Amino acid sequence: MPSTEDMKERIERALPGSEATVTDLTGGGDHLRAEVVYDGFTGLSRIEQHKLVYDVFGDEIGGPIHALSIKAVVPPAE
Amino acid sequence: MTEDEIRQDIRQHLKEAIEGQRVMLFMKGTPDTPRCGFSARMVGMLDSLGADYAAMDILPHPLIREELSELSGWPTIPQLFVASELVGGCDIATEMFESGELAQALGVEQPVAPEPAAAEASQEPRPIQIGE
Repeated sequence: MPSTEDMKERIERALPGSEATVTDLTGGGDHLRAEVVYDGFTGLSRIEQHKLVYDVFGDEIGGPIHALSIKAVVPPAE
Repeated sequence: MTEDEIRQDIRQHLKEAIEGQRVMLFMKGTPDTPRCGFSARMVGMLDSLGADYAAMDILPHPLIREELSELSGWPTIPQLFVASELVGGCDIATEMFESGELAQALGVEQPVAPEPAAAEASQEPRPIQIGE
């Protein structure tokens, strides 16, 4: 099972310039929440935004990562 | 039946459900007996909006979930479809519920105070099953 730190790094590596906060909701490592702020979410539907994050982990979702809750945030315009 | 035939059969059933029902929920368990907190929360939101929906339990056979995710491109359960389109899973539905967009998508009236219903629905009624 990947650690929250590991997951954060993988998200940020896969979505360049993103900022991810991964928390373990239960402490058991099976209910994780990823809040991702990413410029690339701009203009995408929620489905497309969440898929970008899911795609980082591929088949691990539903396997080693039992539940990953996602919050996709478009950074505020500067 | 070979596995390929089973897959085809399941896929056909999934397609018919998605295309035949205006609001179609794929979940773990049934609306009366959800088997996962996320599915329970989805049912809670739909029920609190008074939405008419059909639900299919994906647990009876592992290939149901595989084929559904293949069809929808969405890896997790529950999955909510409206008018044959994937609306999302629990996170997206929750965001849409809170903003009133879910009621709009379902074509129902948003209750005056949705928050208490959402809070109630988010309490997980039973432990999540791991490695189904």
